[in-house]
Amino acid sequence: MDLSVLWFWIVAFLFVGYFVLDGFDFGVGMSLPFLGRDETDRRVLINTIGPVWDLNETWVIVAGASLFAAFPEWYATLFSGFYLALLLILLALIARGVSFEYRHQRPEAAWKRRFDWMIIVGSAVPALLWGVAFANIVQGVPLDADYNYIGSFFDLLNPYALLGGATTLLLFFTHGVVFVALKTEGDIRDRARALATRAGAITVVVAASFLVWTGFAFGSGWFWILAAVAAVALIGSWLANVRGAEGWAFVLMAVTIAAAVFALFASLFPDVMPASNDPANSLTIANASSTPYTLTVMTWTAVIFLPLILAYQGWTYWIFRKRVTRTHIEAAAH
Amino acid sequence: MNELLDPLLLARWQFGLTTVYHFLFVPITIGLATSAAIFQTAWYRTGKLEYLRITRFFGTIFLINFAMGVVTGIVQEFQFGMNWSEYSRFVGDVFGAPLALEGLLAFFLEATFIGIWIFGWNRLPRGLHLASIWIVAVGTILSAYFIIAANAFMQNPVGFQINEERGRAELVDIWALLTNPVALAAFPHTIAASFMVGAGLIISAAAWHLARNQHLDTMRPALKFGLWMMVVSGVLTVVFGDQLSLAMVATQPMKMAAAEAAFDTVCGADASFSLFTLGTPDGSSELFSIRVPYLLSLLSTHSFDGCVEGINDLRAQYQELFGPGDYTPILWVTYWSFRWMMGLGFLHIFVALVGLWLTRKGRMPKQAWVWKAAVWSFPLSLAAMIVGWVFTEMGRQPWIVFSQLFTESAVSPNVSGLDVLISLVAFTLIYGALAVVEFKLIIRAVKQGPPELAEPDPETGRVEQPTTVY
Ligand code: HDD
Ligand code: HEM
Ligand code: HEM
Repeated sequence: MDLSVLWFWIVAFLFVGYFVLDGFDFGVGMSLPFLGRDETDRRVLINTIGPVWDLNETWVIVAGASLFAAFPEWYATLFSGFYLALLLILLALIARGVSFEYRHQRPEAAWKRRFDWMIIVGSAVPALLWGVAFANIVQGVPLDADYNYIGSFFDLLNPYALLGGATTLLLFFTHGVVFVALKTEGDIRDRARALATRAGAITVVVAASFLVWTGFAFGSGWFWILAAVAAVALIGSWLANVRGAEGWAFVLMAVTIAAAVFALFASLFPDVMPASNDPANSLTIANASSTPYTLTVMTWTAVIFLPLILAYQGWTYWIFRKRVTRTHIEAAAH
Repeated sequence: MNELLDPLLLARWQFGLTTVYHFLFVPITIGLATSAAIFQTAWYRTGKLEYLRITRFFGTIFLINFAMGVVTGIVQEFQFGMNWSEYSRFVGDVFGAPLALEGLLAFFLEATFIGIWIFGWNRLPRGLHLASIWIVAVGTILSAYFIIAANAFMQNPVGFQINEERGRAELVDIWALLTNPVALAAFPHTIAASFMVGAGLIISAAAWHLARNQHLDTMRPALKFGLWMMVVSGVLTVVFGDQLSLAMVATQPMKMAAAEAAFDTVCGADASFSLFTLGTPDGSSELFSIRVPYLLSLLSTHSFDGCVEGINDLRAQYQELFGPGDYTPILWVTYWSFRWMMGLGFLHIFVALVGLWLTRKGRMPKQAWVWKAAVWSFPLSLAAMIVGWVFTEMGRQPWIVFSQLFTESAVSPNVSGLDVLISLVAFTLIYGALAVVEFKLIIRAVKQGPPELAEPDPETGRVEQPTTVY
């Protein structure tokens, strides 16, 4: 296989990793107003992702850097073109990231409330905007002959893209709530399950309409197979949750997100950023990628280090596999 | 109005501000991660509770700081594409690789094991838990290596060729890129300088308590450690800085000429180094200056009779090579930033030596001014770091990649001045607010002092520790 094609799929894999992992962090963050009845509840919620949110977030850093290294033109076009949208994502990630660490530094209720809001908004904004961004990539945006985006910020907020945003928002929300059910005990676990059932039902409808729209308008290659996997997994996850099989609900939710993201990449292939105004201006795997030499260097690194990374990250999840309980939080120092 | 909305100018301000800001936290992280690892090792080896308390004390400060390093770092990663898309297109094939390596090899390590360290205190076997902080420390140093290798390419492009057809630089030799002589000198210099900043923080925090005659059992060993760390890393910073000067003169002679504001080529005794100047340093109206003969020759060539090319000659050379234009960076910036970096560096070595003398054999100076002076160690060593980078980056101008690409040709053509203004204002506001919060939290953590811990269980030897939760 051509190395640039391999890297197209590695980039897809890195984004899948990011959305599957940081996706439930966003969901947990957004669930604060729904599940966090009191201070202890809110701390339970935050501590379900405490040890892992940073490593989850690092996937986007690596995805971005790999995009830069393997497809410089794609990186340049996408990041300069979606300038204000990315700015909002960055501001949200900044607000969310510091809040986890700073929230517990002081006991005052007003202090904590401020950081709660930063976590909630800082989780919801990227959950929405990543979907908007990816939907726009799939749909195509106006590019000039030098591959520069020539639309405006508001052009990005078209109906199809907003539906994409709603889809990721809901998927991540449900994913996070399912994760809470998996990682907590007692009352909050029951409430999380009930919420996941309700949110899951809406998610199924919205995600299905987005995938169907995508399929008929832009679907190609493996799209329909992957989309079918996503749909089946999503329904399976919902059923598992109803039955109280939290582990299965979570795994199937992860499969849903992975399959849906891969489906988007499949419908892009072999373009990376189709130009909506003139196909001649489209960025493709061929005209956006780095040289074979650079890709060879990168491939060796990825082949050696990705398995190692997956191993130690898996081990981390293993160390922190226990459920977080109210007693545990109440016994701990601030 | 339109002049105010110049996208190039705004993008440069934004990049400078956000990068300087990121780099306020990075050296603290690098310095404190290793220090915390050393303190925890001392506890592991001796079982003395004081060492554990010191570890937890500086560990708290380290974590408050780390959060800021992470969130400001993400901005860095995205900015190249957002504001400098032409640059990204031009260098991506070369420059992207070290960034991706940094992510895969270093950031994943750091981000994973920091979580294990924070939450693993009572959960992991002691040895494994100790290993996690060492892995974080190694990760921070690794990430510095790759980012500096990337930056060194901009100072001294190597290992590439230009593809005329596609108008971009393409990597031909990754090994040359990773062993760029500028990177090999800048990396140890930056790490040593970061350890100076870490040492400065330890000294400042310890001095604050010792001045109040409290927490003597922990803060005295901490002070001793900080002072030694400052002396050792200070000397190393100077030694590597000297190496870096050689590499810089070999690759970017204009930067050294600009650092000295030397217009004419000078040799031997005339290649003097001015300690400071009154009047304009561009030599046009020098009122008064103190000069050390031979020093510039020594710095640049390691010999007494070397010659240092002046700005005028270099400019003529560059005009011949690269076409018309002024190839001089802003002289007052390079001149003064170079001096402040070196001056503050020597000052810190001196202050630390005096500190070691005053506290020899367990003595404790009574004079308040000694402690007041010591508390300044941290802010001033951080300042040395910042002016060092300002020198490096501003001294490279007008190039973004030396001899290959001008900064003005690198900016994103489709991002308007208004867009950049919005982001610049947004970053300034959020960074400003967070700076206040972070500063207050660190002061608060320092004032709280090291945590009290119960004596270890006599049977098992285990120390019951407060578990960390968010
Ligand atoms: C605590 C901070 C600190 C201290 C005391 C010093 N430096 Fe430094 N210096 C840095 C912190 C720093 C830095 C911020 O880390 C830089 C910026 C880029 C780099 O690689 O290191 C730097 C850059 C830098 C450069 C520019 C390299 C380039 O542009 O290619 C030179 C020539 C020196 N240093 C030389 C010195 C010398 C001779 C010193 C002797 C006293 C010295 N530095 C002390
Ligand atoms: C962390 C320490 C660093 C600091 C404090 C710093 C600071 C600065 C400053 C002040 C400028 C503005 C110069 C000017 O516009 O006249 C600049 C330019 C630049 N720096 Fe750095 N820099 C740092 C490290 C790096 C690294 C590691 C890289 C790349 C890997 C980098 C890439 C750039 C680029 C691309 C520019 C050009 C944009 C511009 O001219 O503003 N910098 N930097
Ligand atoms: C302008 C170029 C730079 C870029 C693109 C950049 C990128 C990043 C990113 C993405 C992170 C977050 C990592 C995480 O989530 O764990 C980060 C943190 C870090 N960066 Fe930078 N950085 C830049 C400048 C520098 C420089 C010059 C150094 C070192 C000398 C450095 C060293 C570090 C370190 C040690 C961390 C981890 C510690 C912490 O988070 O505080 N960075 N950087």
